[in-house]
Amino acid sequence: MCSLEKRGNLFFLTLTGDDQHRLGPPLISSILSTISKISSQANAGSVLITTAHGKYFSTGFDLSYARSAPSPSEAIDRLKSMVESLRPVAAAFMSLPMPTIIAVTGHAAAGGLMLPICHDYILMRSDHGVLLMPEVDLGLPLPDYFAAVMRERIKSPAALRDMMLRGVKVTGEEGVKMKIVDSVYDSAERTIDAAVRLGEELARRKWNGEVYAEIRKSLYPESCQVLGLIQKQLVSKI
Amino acid sequence: MCSIEKQGSLFILILNGEEDDQHRLNPTLISSILSALSQIKSQATAGSALVTVARGGSGNFFCNGFDFRWAQAAGSQSGARQRLRHMSDSFRQVVAAFVSLPMPTVAAVSGHVAAAGLVLAFAHDYLLMRSDRGVMYMPEVNLGITLPDYFAAAMRAKIGSPVALRNVVARGVKVRAKEGVELGIVHSAHDSVEGTVEAAMRLGEELAGKEWVGESYAEIRKSLYPQMCSTLSLTHKLIISKI
Repeated sequence: MCSLEKRGNLFFLTLTGDDQHRLGPPLISSILSTISKISSQANAGSVLITTAHGKYFSTGFDLSYARSAPSPSEAIDRLKSMVESLRPVAAAFMSLPMPTIIAVTGHAAAGGLMLPICHDYILMRSDHGVLLMPEVDLGLPLPDYFAAVMRERIKSPAALRDMMLRGVKVTGEEGVKMKIVDSVYDSAERTIDAAVRLGEELARRKWNGEVYAEIRKSLYPESCQVLGLIQKQLVSKI
Repeated sequence: MCSIEKQGSLFILILNGEEDDQHRLNPTLISSILSALSQIKSQATAGSALVTVARGGSGNFFCNGFDFRWAQAAGSQSGARQRLRHMSDSFRQVVAAFVSLPMPTVAAVSGHVAAAGLVLAFAHDYLLMRSDRGVMYMPEVNLGITLPDYFAAAMRAKIGSPVALRNVVARGVKVRAKEGVELGIVHSAHDSVEGTVEAAMRLGEELAGKEWVGESYAEIRKSLYPQMCSTLSLTHKLIISKI
């Protein structure tokens, strides 16, 4: 599950426990309700920092939950239902009225990579953990919003092909070269410390959150479209 | 004309050089490639991969674009234009067949590649190129010809940097293999024809070894290039082969 903590301007959303943080219905709804709580408490100067306990950031949808369904067709229905319920989570991150930073301190794969890729800044540790889209290995197609967000966040065609069509494992340092990851650090603690420093720096700007969210959305029009997000015109002050 | 050889899991699509060692795309070569792809698609299994190579003649060309000689042989300007349009329309199906082919695809670009020939190379997932000679370029701006919509979509899909895209498409800059690697267009550069083909075969075997489900692979590929798919009239299918 996930926890929420507030320190000054910084909200900390943490995936708790040392498990793989598989995105089954309970974790998905726990993240969604936490983001909605954060959104409702947002002020100018708020910043979100997302982290996870343990070796895994998140290894994606809970396929064992899907496979434990009584029949193959119900297993597919369970998977489809998880895919649909993660869509509003991606939409909530993309429209959150504050800067968002993620400290990726363990493996982030498939649906578990959607969480980092929907944050504004991705910080990662270099000594452990990979980013991975294994759908091609699993013989699964990519949900439309996965593909849209990946296309808009990974602008190098070769990097996009390697991640989506070859399922390569991307370490922190490779992620920096591929311009997916902003910066890397040599331990989990340093990654989180750096996320906090960046968070405090961004918080000092006291940006108007609503305007910030609209500007973010304007960067990713295709993602917004598949996520059902509509752009608003705002002039907070002139 | 082209031919197919099968080596284990690899389909090798060979552009032959008997008639024309520049492998210019005229109706004969276009329909020959199209029927080869359709044959390959019908024989695809999990773990298939395609490697395209050019053979014959001087070895200096991978593919030099549409066959303007054939267009000009129409005898009139309007006839030539009509023939060019005909090639452009029929080649569209070749590109669509590559983009929806249910297996990884590798092009061993062992010589010059220009215009429609570059679109052919870009239609593959991986483009390997020889570095000792040969350039890739889009001469349309020099020739005073606009790009068919799917040419432009292929360029936009495969060239990520706006500066590189402008240079290749709107300036007709010639790109050598090593520059192509730096620009992220070329997967790897090799110092001879043989080296390029061998590397392409090795990559093809490595990708085939993954035994990916071809149908899902094709759908993921299509999801990478939505604009190209829309100009090629390719639609998406939802496939869940297994969970």
